[in-house]
Formats: sequence, C-alpha cells, structure tokens
Amino acid sequence: MNHLIIGAGPAGVIAAETLRRLDPEASITLIGDEPEPPYSRMALPYYLVRKIPEHGTYLRKTANHFDRSRIQLKLGRVAALQPEQHTISLDSGERLDYDRLLIATGSHPFSPPIPGMDLPGIVPCWTLANARDIAGRAQPGAKVVLMGAGFIGCIILEALARSGADLTVVEMEDRMVPRMMNEKAGNLIKQWCLNRGVAVHTSTRIEAIEQGGRHPLRVLLDSGSTLEADLIVSATGVRSNIGFFDGSGIDIDQGILIDRNMQTNCTDVYAAGDVAQGLDFSTGNYSVQAIQPTAAEHGQIAARNMAGHTKALHRGSINMNVLDTLGLISSSFGLWMGVDGGEAAEQYNPERFQYLNLQFEEDRLMGATSLGLTQHVGVLRGLIQSKIGLGKWKSKLMQDPNRVMEAYLANTQAIGFNAEVLKSPSR
Amino acid sequence: MLKALQIEPEKCTGCLQCEMACSYENEGVFNPAKSRIKVFTFHDEGRFSPYTCTQCAEAWCLHACPVEAIVLNDLTGSKEVISDVCVGCKVCTIACPFGTVNYNHDTGTVIKCDLCGGDPACAKACPTDAITYVDADHTGLQRMRAHAALALPQ
Ligand SMILES: Cc1cc2nc3c(=O)[nH]c(=O)nc-3n(C[C@H](O)[C@H](O)[C@H](O)COP(=O)(O)OP(=O)(O)OC[C@H]3O[C@@H](n4cnc5c(N)ncnc54)[C@H](O)[C@@H]3O)c2cc1C
Repeated sequence: MNHLIIGAGPAGVIAAETLRRLDPEASITLIGDEPEPPYSRMALPYYLVRKIPEHGTYLRKTANHFDRSRIQLKLGRVAALQPEQHTISLDSGERLDYDRLLIATGSHPFSPPIPGMDLPGIVPCWTLANARDIAGRAQPGAKVVLMGAGFIGCIILEALARSGADLTVVEMEDRMVPRMMNEKAGNLIKQWCLNRGVAVHTSTRIEAIEQGGRHPLRVLLDSGSTLEADLIVSATGVRSNIGFFDGSGIDIDQGILIDRNMQTNCTDVYAAGDVAQGLDFSTGNYSVQAIQPTAAEHGQIAARNMAGHTKALHRGSINMNVLDTLGLISSSFGLWMGVDGGEAAEQYNPERFQYLNLQFEEDRLMGATSLGLTQHVGVLRGLIQSKIGLGKWKSKLMQDPNRVMEAYLANTQAIGFNAEVLKSPSR
Repeated sequence: MLKALQIEPEKCTGCLQCEMACSYENEGVFNPAKSRIKVFTFHDEGRFSPYTCTQCAEAWCLHACPVEAIVLNDLTGSKEVISDVCVGCKVCTIACPFGTVNYNHDTGTVIKCDLCGGDPACAKACPTDAITYVDADHTGLQRMRAHAALALPQ
C-alpha cells in the first residue's frame, strides 16, 4: 500500500506514525512545504520568549525519527490533485501517485481587507519563519501593535508582553477571546491585562495602516485616534488551506468536507486537522475547529481507516481551549455559550479573577468556562464527553459549581464495583 | 508483567499519607498541594476518594502534546512528563478527560503521576491498603479502569 500525506504538521505526522504501526509494510510519504523538520505551531510562542530553542518546537525530538520509522519526508508544495488518476502534482511539475491520500495541509492566517496591510513590518505569527522575524523586531521598548485578541492573538500577547515590548492590543469585538469566552470572562481577561500595563482597545477597528514618521508604521483607529508602531502582529483569524483543490471535484465548504471515517467524497482521499471540516461532538454539525487536540484525533482516526484493517468511526471532537494570559489561566469547553432550554451554574469572583460557568442540558454537562482553575480541569471535558447523567449532583453543582470534581468522582468512581471485588473469591 | 495502582476508596480513611509521600518523593516537600495523587472528601457521606492517573491506554495527554514532552515508559507503562521538554502550554490538562494532569505555576510545566518509576510512594505510605500496586491484569483494576473510562470514544 502506498500512502501519501500532504502537510507535515501534527495531523500529518500523527497519521504517518499511526499508519506505520498498523501497516509495517506500507510505503509512507509525508510532503511538507516548510524547510524545517516537522514542528508545532503551538510551540512558537514559547520560542518567541526563548523558553525553548528552535529545536524545542519540533514535533519529534529523536534524531532520525522519521528515517527509523521509514516515513519518507519530502519537501515540496502540492499544486493540484487528480483524484480520478490517484495522482497529485507538485508545483515543480513532479507527479506522485498514491493508493490512499491524506490531506493535512492545515490553515493559514486570514489577512483582513484593510488598506496598508501589505506594508513591511506587518506579520502574522504562524510559521517558524514568522516567529524568527518577530523575535528580531519585538525588542524591549519597541512599539508593538497586536491586531486581534482572539485565541491565537491572546497566546501571542503573552509572548509579546514578556519580550518587554511596549504593547497595544486592538480587538474589534467588545471583549477579549470572544469566540471562547463570554462577556464576564472576556472582560476579566481584559482587566487583568490592563492591570499589567498592556493597553487593550476592545470594540475598536483598525481602519488603515500607513507609513509613519518617527516609527515606521501608523495605525488609524475608527475612534479617530492613531497608534505609532515598529511592528504590527496580525492575528485576525485563520482559514483552511484548500486553495489548490479548485477543479479537483473534492467537496469543500469552510474546509474539506469529511465523513466520520475522515473520508472525503473522493475515493481513497481523506482529510484531517485544520483543513478538515469534521464532526463536532457537541453540536453534531461539521465544522473547522482548528485546534491541536482535534488535529491529533483526526490524524489517528484517518490513519486507522486508511490502513484498512478496521473501520474507525469518529465520535466528534470537542472544541476546547486553554489560554495563559500573563499568568491568568482560562479554559473553555464544548457549548460554553449554553444550549436552548438549558441551565447554567455560575461562580463569579471578579476581585480574585476567578470564574466558573457550567452549562447543562437536563442533568448533563454540555459546556464550561473557567478562569483561574488549573487543578483537575480536564474533568470538564470528561463530564461533557462521557455524557454522564449527574442526577442529584446537578442541583449541588447549581448551588456550587466548584464541586465539579466531587460530582465527577461520585458519578464515576467504582465504589460498588470494587466492593464486589473485595468479596469475590479470587482475592 | 506491568503493574498499576489499584485504588479502593472504601478502604480510605482520609489520612492523606499518600499526598504527603507523593509530594515528598516528587517535589522534595511535604505539601499536599503538590501531590500527584489527591484525596477527595465527601463531607455529606463521610467518605474519601484517593484519585490519580490510571495510565490509561488511550493516553489523551500524550497524543495532545505538541512537543513530545509526554512519553510512554515501556518498563512501567506510565505516561511521563519530561519537564525539560514541556513548554507549559497546558493542552494536556484539558485533553485528559480524567483531570489528572495539572499545571504547576512554580515550574511553568505540567505534572502527573509517573508511578515513581515503578515503586509508587503513595502505595507504600497507605496504611489501609486503599492504594495498592498490583498486576495490571488484576480483575478489580480492570473494572476500575473500565468504569472510569465510561463512554469515552476510541
Ligand atoms: C501561535 C499559535 C499558537 C497556537 N496555540 C494553540 C493552542 O494553544 N491550542 C491549540 O489547540 N491550538 C493552537 N494553535 C493551533 C494549532 O497549532 C493547529 O490547530 C495545528 O497546528 C493544526 O495542525 P495541522 O496538522 O492540521 O496543520 P498545520 O500545523 O498547519 O500543518 C500543515 C502543514 O502543511 C503544509 N502545507 C500547506 N499546504 C501545503 C501544500 N499545498 N503542499 C505541501 N504542504 C502544505 C503547511 O505549510 C504546514 O506545514 C496555535 C497556532 C499558532 C499559530
């Protein structure tokens, strides 16, 4: 079997490794268009603050890892796909054939249609090359404007602030991380940043960027005021890398449409990760989540189906994020915004920057938001994903959502089971 | 034969010796807040529940890690955090559906149970055998894990 994987990010690498485990004989080729060994975009902020060297961002740390797994890495950019012929072509003109193809090309930063966006000194923080560029320019005291305080924006914010730059954040929505945090939580994060000397403008649009005087760039805001900048980092959302499929016949919406086997409408063609529009566990709809855990899940399931021994069915990924904004840790899971006809339990302690919000449908947890919680936070995912009926614990949580760990244990720990074992003759 | 921690909450008296032993063994201090095993108290019912990683086969934490900082120890079967490699992104803390990987503010990395390399201090410290280190195919342990995993996919 000849497996071809396009894209050497987490989804592609995990798929390649899973394929190797399941099929020791197969030929596996991983094509990527970035010059570095496969690395993790998520690790870039830690490279920016020099917590890790470049090597620390690599997905696999052992030398020869891919050679030893007999996964062939190939540098190249895929330009087109011919599903009828089971071939792909690279922009060099080279053609490669496959028995099974995985598309794991990820996503790219979206560049908003703002006049001046093409000026030098405006960069996204998406690739290692971008990160090197930013690290060089975000010197202590440099004036840096961060466009967008979404999830990725807030992660970069941490790194930029720590680099000692004079940082200003501009976000067009009314709060920070609007797609992950409700009003109370998003505004607490904003207040936290303001308290630490980071200027944050919410409900503010950048109208244009032009060449500046004393500093190379000038940002014009819809409020009428202007900001001088040495560097502008843009983080205004991402879009799936689907450009090169035009005319191939593959079904595309926001991303590549896949079924629960990670298969596209084209025979023997699968998709995974940021490029794929896969099943969302909570909504039952198909959407692009663009997060690391989903890329990892997709990659594994796609590979199991490509290997062909068994059918692996995706049960849907939970949309979830964790964020560290200058030391304030926040997380959100699933339907954090709530469900129609559902109920919410909330604990709001703005003085201490603590917040916990649980969203229920009947006695099941559907979504959650937390601020300042670092211990056992994963059970929020566990409760959502296992769809445990909380029974009497639902009302206890409505009174005090902080008892979530007790509720989890009371409903999952096998007191009865083990008690049985104690009595059983085998002991 | 791989071994694993078997926890029998009904035997736990809430003495917290396990938390003390764990934090001392792994962090060099007697501080339950830094323990990788945690005893939860059900005040209403007066019962206790020690809780830590089951070293589950799915290894959600390991697969979610973006920098290969969580690895399988072939000898013990535990999933271990390599602190030097961990960047502190915390994705494993939300990926683990059992909530047994936690972020440590002091070090900027995550911590989880690693079975103390095959000689878990908590089991040795437990005076009532509520925590024992047993063969991994022990029936009680299998059922404990099956129950904990519930309806989780994969
Ligand atoms: C700064 C930053 C911080 C992040 N933080 C988090 C976080 O905290 N938590 C989280 O869950 N997620 C985070 N993410 C998102 C996460 O990194 C992505 O969800 C993840 O990388 C998706 O993996 P992937 O394999 O689908 O795509 P990618 O990692 O994007 O890999 C795709 C690869 O395919 C290559 N490629 C694209 N087109 C072609 C082509 N035509 N031919 C050949 N190769 C091609 C790309 O260049 C790339 O190397 C962050 C992202 C960034 C940028």
